Formats: sequence, structure tokens, C-alpha cells
Amino acid sequence: MRIIIGLAVLILGSTGGEIAITHGMKSVGEPARLRPRAVLQFLGRAVRNGWFWTGVPLMALSFYALLVLLSWAPISLVIPASALSYVVGTFGAKFILREDVSTARWAGVILVCIGVALVAAG
Amino acid sequence: MPSDRRVRIKTLVLVLAMVVCANVGDLLLKRGMTQIGAVALTAQGIGLAFRLTITNASIWLAIFFLIGFMVSYMTVLSWADYSFVMPAGAFGYAVLTFLAVIFLHESVSPRRWFGVALICVGVVLVGQTKPRTTEAPSEAVVRCESS
Repeated sequence: MRIIIGLAVLILGSTGGEIAITHGMKSVGEPARLRPRAVLQFLGRAVRNGWFWTGVPLMALSFYALLVLLSWAPISLVIPASALSYVVGTFGAKFILREDVSTARWAGVILVCIGVALVAAG
Repeated sequence: MPSDRRVRIKTLVLVLAMVVCANVGDLLLKRGMTQIGAVALTAQGIGLAFRLTITNASIWLAIFFLIGFMVSYMTVLSWADYSFVMPAGAFGYAVLTFLAVIFLHESVSPRRWFGVALICVGVVLVGQTKPRTTEAPSEAVVRCESS
């Protein structure tokens, strides 16, 4: 049971953090040009965005959950199981960020999820 | 250049930058920590490891590449979909497997090759979709709105 809770914290923490950062970056707005000066100005605005600072601790929590999980369960279970974050993240993108996830994108995400689990399992 | 095509090209360039920076950063971190050697888990051992870490060139280069990853990641998410960038970035697993075979002469199990093939097909499928399905305000638009 504690392994399932740990995996939930790991997956929800990382996807929640990434979704918060994505939302923050979208509200900051893209740099006018991909030149060093414009990108630095963009980063300056990004680090003053509240969603960015919501995302960072969530990702740190996820990393901590990973360390704890590795002490409870074998790495051959933890790392492949964390590939589920691709599917969870896509649900988050669809329902929280309101992205239009087409059938082709869903198919791609599921293949990537299975592929990453197989690669991580070695 | 049509807007859609421009968005697709700059998204793919930044996803590629993400993959390269993350992989090179991880490899350099691995090299740096191997040079330092196993860290003794005592106050003295951790202190020594800290001093060796901050004076190791590979570690600093690794940090530089990992910052490059974070900057590319934040920048691409300012216009592209999270559900596009996240699976596309998994291409790094395939690249890392090929690098391990070519440069480190590692043997790779059939299961892992099958996983790499699934990732490649998945990334191609995701890559066919529109990188941006929501309206992302550009800096110019934000400026106009705020003035």
C-alpha cells in the first residue's frame, strides 16, 4: 500500500509540477525572438511568476518520493512504473490545461509510455 | 513562412536542444562523479566530496548543460503544448541507447530494443500533431495588452 501511495506522490508531484510550470510559462508569454537577450528577459519574467514557484516544490516533492521509493521497492519496479506519468500528464494537459489531445497524440503517448517502461526495465 | 510551420520548426529545435542538453549533462555528471569516486557517508567524507565537486570541471560543465535543458524546457512550454513536449522529449531514451551501443559498446536486450522502437513510433505519431492547440500570447501581444 505504501508503495502505491509513494508512486502516486511521485507521479502526481512530477506531472502537477510540470503542469504548473507550463501554465506559468503560457501566462508569461513566449519570447519575441529566440535571441539570448529576449530569452534572458523571458526568464526574468518567468522566475517572477507564481506558477513557476508552485511547480518547483511539487517537482522537489516528486524527487523526494523517488528517493524514498527506491529504499522501499526495487528500481526495476519504480522506474518503469514512473513511466505512467506520460499518461497522467496527458490527462492533466487535456483537463487542466485544456489542450486538444487528438487520437494520434494519445496513441503516441501510450506507445511512449510502454516504450519507456520497457527501456527502463532493461 | 506560414505560422504553423514556423511553430513546428522552432518547437522541434528546442525539443532537440532539451534532449541533447539533458543527455550530455547526465553523462558529464556521471563522468565527474566517477572521477571523484565513492562518497563516504560521514561528515568528513561529505565535506571532502563537496570540495571535490565544486572544483571538478566535468561537474560544472554538466551543470551548464542541465541549465541549458531547463531554459529550453521553459522556453518551449511558453508556446507549445505540454502533451506535445513531454512525449517528444522521451526520444532521449532512444538516443541514449544508441549512444551506449556505439560509444560504450554496451549490449542491449531485445526487450530494450523493442522499447526503443515503440518510443520512436510514439514520438513520430506525436510529432505529426499540431505543437500548439491553445492560444499562447506572444511577448508582442502581451506588450500591446499592457499598454
